[in-house]
Amino acid sequence: MLLRAENLSKSFGGVAALRDVDLELEPGMVHSLIGPNGAGKTTLLNLLSGIYRPDTGRIFLDGAELGGAPHAFAAAGIGRTFQNLQVFFNMSALENVMTGRWRHERCSLAAALLRLPALERSERRGREAARQLLEFVGLAPWAERAADAMPYGALKRLEIARALAAKPKLLLLDEPAAGLNPTETRDIDRLIREIAARGITVVLVEHNMQLVMEVSEHVVVLDYGRKLAEGAPRAVSADPRVIEAYLGCSA
Amino acid sequence: MSSFPTASSAAAPPSASRRGLAALALTAALLPLALPNAYTYEVAILVGINAVTCVGLNILIGYAGQISLGHAAFFGLGAYGSAILAARYGFPPLLALAAATAAVGALAWLLGRPLLRLRGHYLAMGTLGMGVIVSVVLATEDGITGGPDGMAVPPLTLFGQAIAGERTWYWIVAAALLLAVWLAQNLIESPRGRALRALHGSEVAAGALGIDAGRHKLSAFVLSAVFAAVAGGLMAHYAGFITPGRASFLHSIELVTMVVFGGMASTFGAVIGAAVLTTLPQLLTVLKEYEMVTLGAVMMLTMILMPGGLVPTLEKALAAARGKPL
Repeated sequence: MLLRAENLSKSFGGVAALRDVDLELEPGMVHSLIGPNGAGKTTLLNLLSGIYRPDTGRIFLDGAELGGAPHAFAAAGIGRTFQNLQVFFNMSALENVMTGRWRHERCSLAAALLRLPALERSERRGREAARQLLEFVGLAPWAERAADAMPYGALKRLEIARALAAKPKLLLLDEPAAGLNPTETRDIDRLIREIAARGITVVLVEHNMQLVMEVSEHVVVLDYGRKLAEGAPRAVSADPRVIEAYLGCSA
Repeated sequence: MSSFPTASSAAAPPSASRRGLAALALTAALLPLALPNAYTYEVAILVGINAVTCVGLNILIGYAGQISLGHAAFFGLGAYGSAILAARYGFPPLLALAAATAAVGALAWLLGRPLLRLRGHYLAMGTLGMGVIVSVVLATEDGITGGPDGMAVPPLTLFGQAIAGERTWYWIVAAALLLAVWLAQNLIESPRGRALRALHGSEVAAGALGIDAGRHKLSAFVLSAVFAAVAGGLMAHYAGFITPGRASFLHSIELVTMVVFGGMASTFGAVIGAAVLTTLPQLLTVLKEYEMVTLGAVMMLTMILMPGGLVPTLEKALAAARGKPL
């Protein structure tokens, strides 16, 4: 088991966004997190990336308990993208991806201030690695462009490249296809498969059911902050409770 | 500070920043040809000292996106620290300058730990309060600082020789400025510099990449305080006399205005901002009487007409002109 979460609960004021959710993620698979709006999907993702602290419950990655600030979760090997873009708009596309390599760079303050030769060499390597990742997500022509001059669909992929640069064990994708046209969505579909093929475990939060059914091997359904069902995509989509949650009546 | 617009221009690639440094060195080398008398040297030295402070402050404000409205406190503490160690404790001035700078760095670290938990307007108010406290202490502890009347400072000595004369000081300050710009540009183009800019761009995304926001904000704060302390120490030994006005809120505002006018997230913008806003009141003596009014007007006009600041706006215009030849 790559990730195990027990009894996760989170409330905001009096609203319970997540109640006693257990989660087990097998390595190397694409897991999808689905549910109606307000079901707690993004809350769960924020707990798994350390942005929120759970009210109750614990999270283990490779058997080691996670806690503390978001950067500690990242250091343990959890990467993510954001539903509302969190691109560094004050940088070029390439610099965004190079920033993603932070966890794998050794850079003391003295080395940075004095531009020591070892740093120059690692910067060249980093630049090359970032270029390859931009190529991987299909953004090679945008490398030198300022991020604030890029179209929305490209920014979605830029976030994925940046997250991949950190070489995560577990990649959380929060609605990577939201707002994209069918062609762009197919590109994301292919990209997710290629990421999984690289051995990275993926958690996908997505409203596009066609995308979910195509790429995921394991689906978890949330409703009103509780886990409603989980399993293989076909089994879940046939589950009467899931249909009821989505359509609001028993089918 | 989130209410400042993020500068959209990407960090200059290393070759561009090397060209900028070379241009700055050339300007500094040739400028004396255009300086007719001691007074103009004095203005140039003042420009250099303010520029060193602004280059440091720009790391904090322009790149890391954290505001400080109390930065003159570090300038003043560097000046007074160096002056007091040299005048009252008999430190050799160069050692006094180094010791005062180290002490200011340590103080900035201690103050920055609680202060930098604040964000946006709260951070502005917190640093403003810090600045006010420091300037009040400097003005009232007259047993040590000489109070509002200020204190005399021994001259800087190098190899047993007292450094005097505007010309010598010009070259010292020019060297200090080139060093400051070189260090700042190196930092900004390093992974650490990207981490700082990432905090400005999106703190939540920076955290998700493993960047410890608290640690890096604090390091930018301490570094900018150290730049200010060195500039303050140089100022004290150059002028031979300091007053608490150097640490005042007014001076803090001047420094922020220089950074914002020249262009946030642009090291050379900080230098040009310092040059223009230091020289302007000296050239137009009419403006000197209305210094605060001028500063306010410059700040307002910059925000309205070119929120990116002078240098980034010009760079953009130049790039656009190149892209579309007439």
